[in-house]
Amino acid sequence: MKLAELSSLIRSKNAGPFTLTFDIVLPNEADYWRVKRSGVLTVKRFAELFRCDMAAVKYFECDNARAFKFSMPRPIVQGDLGDGDLHGGQQFIPLMNIEIP
Amino acid sequence: MNNMSEVRYVAATGALGVGVDQAALMSSLELKPHFIAADAGTTDAGPFSLGSGRAAFARESVKRDLTHVLVASREAGIPALIGSAGTAGADAHVDWVLDIAREIVDEVGLSVRTAVIRSQQNSAYLLQLYREGRIRPLDPAPPLDEKLFERSSRIVGMMGVEPLQAALEEGADFVLAGRCSDPALYAALPTMRGLPPGLAWHAGKVTECGTMACEGGRGGVITGTIREHEAIIRPVGDGLRCTPQSVAAHSLYENADPYLHKECSGTLDLSGSQYIAVDERTVRITGSAFHPAAEYTVKLEGAELIGHQSVMIGGIRDPYIVNRLDQWLGEVRAIIDRSVERLLGLSPSEWTLTVHVYGRDAIMGRMEPERSAVPHEVGIVVEATAGTQDTATKIAQLARQPFLHHGVPEWMGGITSFACLHNPAHIERGAVYRFNLNHIAIPHTQMEMFRTEIVQLGKARA
Repeated sequence: MKLAELSSLIRSKNAGPFTLTFDIVLPNEADYWRVKRSGVLTVKRFAELFRCDMAAVKYFECDNARAFKFSMPRPIVQGDLGDGDLHGGQQFIPLMNIEIP
Repeated sequence: MNNMSEVRYVAATGALGVGVDQAALMSSLELKPHFIAADAGTTDAGPFSLGSGRAAFARESVKRDLTHVLVASREAGIPALIGSAGTAGADAHVDWVLDIAREIVDEVGLSVRTAVIRSQQNSAYLLQLYREGRIRPLDPAPPLDEKLFERSSRIVGMMGVEPLQAALEEGADFVLAGRCSDPALYAALPTMRGLPPGLAWHAGKVTECGTMACEGGRGGVITGTIREHEAIIRPVGDGLRCTPQSVAAHSLYENADPYLHKECSGTLDLSGSQYIAVDERTVRITGSAFHPAAEYTVKLEGAELIGHQSVMIGGIRDPYIVNRLDQWLGEVRAIIDRSVERLLGLSPSEWTLTVHVYGRDAIMGRMEPERSAVPHEVGIVVEATAGTQDTATKIAQLARQPFLHHGVPEWMGGITSFACLHNPAHIERGAVYRFNLNHIAIPHTQMEMFRTEIVQLGKARA
């Protein structure tokens, strides 16, 4: 099943002008633990999907929020020449198709 | 400083100017809150506000919201705190909100003893701190050199609770703060009354976005009650509920790290926080910690002028061009490069041409996984940026001809390859700015970066 079909929310957003942060929220405990135990969400997988350095990625599993979080440096600083997403809200799409066993 | 067993407050809105639910705000006064607060700023609007000194919201919407906050606070006889005035919290923004407040006080007939706290930083002062090794990068940080401070349009320091507490000690009815940590607005009074900083800062973190930490409705206001061993979060408004999950999930929003939040005086640590439902719409938080820092630090935000910009918007539908778009754009760019050099005499460092291709990778740039898919049409935004508006417009005008008429081998004869959206094809966008600091300053004293002035708005009370 795709992560988008399981999740109640997948989003990206600026965390300040220099960082992008990605949240994946599951609708219930069963689905949250299914994703967590699958071991599919990893720093390595995220770094491949978003073409960034693994060392720059932060990853959190937030049991009490039934959520996963990734953060990475923005490829272009918010609002600088070439930035096409001022609020960083449309960067999460590659996460949607992650296959969860 | 008198200790209290609990402090209650109302967060009127997550952003002054977005809207205050006046009915919910007035009804929240039944809680007998000790203060009302609202954040009015963010970097999320982009570098333009800080660079230009202008707000991201219309004056009318800020006036409407501030009227509700000031009227409610005077009716209840409790202080109102507004932080990060006018979007970016520099002096121009603080003055803009102060002017609005003055107008409200005159129109409504209030008396408001106001503490105005400024947080814009002097470039010579920052240069001195830099030379003393008192400015340090966060991660990631843009490069910093000695000339940056002078070159910046504006730099602000983000205040913590200390200047707010000094203003509350002064007996201010209204604290109007420049750039300010959002949760500090809510942590200032509880921590000065001896309540635990972990719970006070955490409750501030949950409530600073207004009812965003709730589910089940729109509008409303959110309230916090800080006690020795718990913080209680409860919304006021139709259908709004705080649940353990909604409150826990809110700490993810716009934060790179969901557990550790750095403030001037230390770090809020949510790794031991627990969320328990008190009833169907109220949540109790326990276990949040605040680790005081050895060094007092102030986060800096700066913006500098990149230049002036003119943009041209259009699109391409011809499959012969769309199929070889990179090559075609490269040829067009080479023609523009030559004419800018020849006709305007500009070297490459004096101007920039940025091309965004909608339908291909305009939104995700180099992170776009489906860049190789060939769309049936593309939207193109061409941005010409140079030192003056006049030059930027000339570059946009020079760019128009090659975009319009550059050919492809499949067609013999002259073609018109670019569908312009507007006439004239370019739009003058004015000044453009970039954020240039993600650093902290280590001041010599906690208060030296912030300046407080007491202003009486309306007639003084007897």
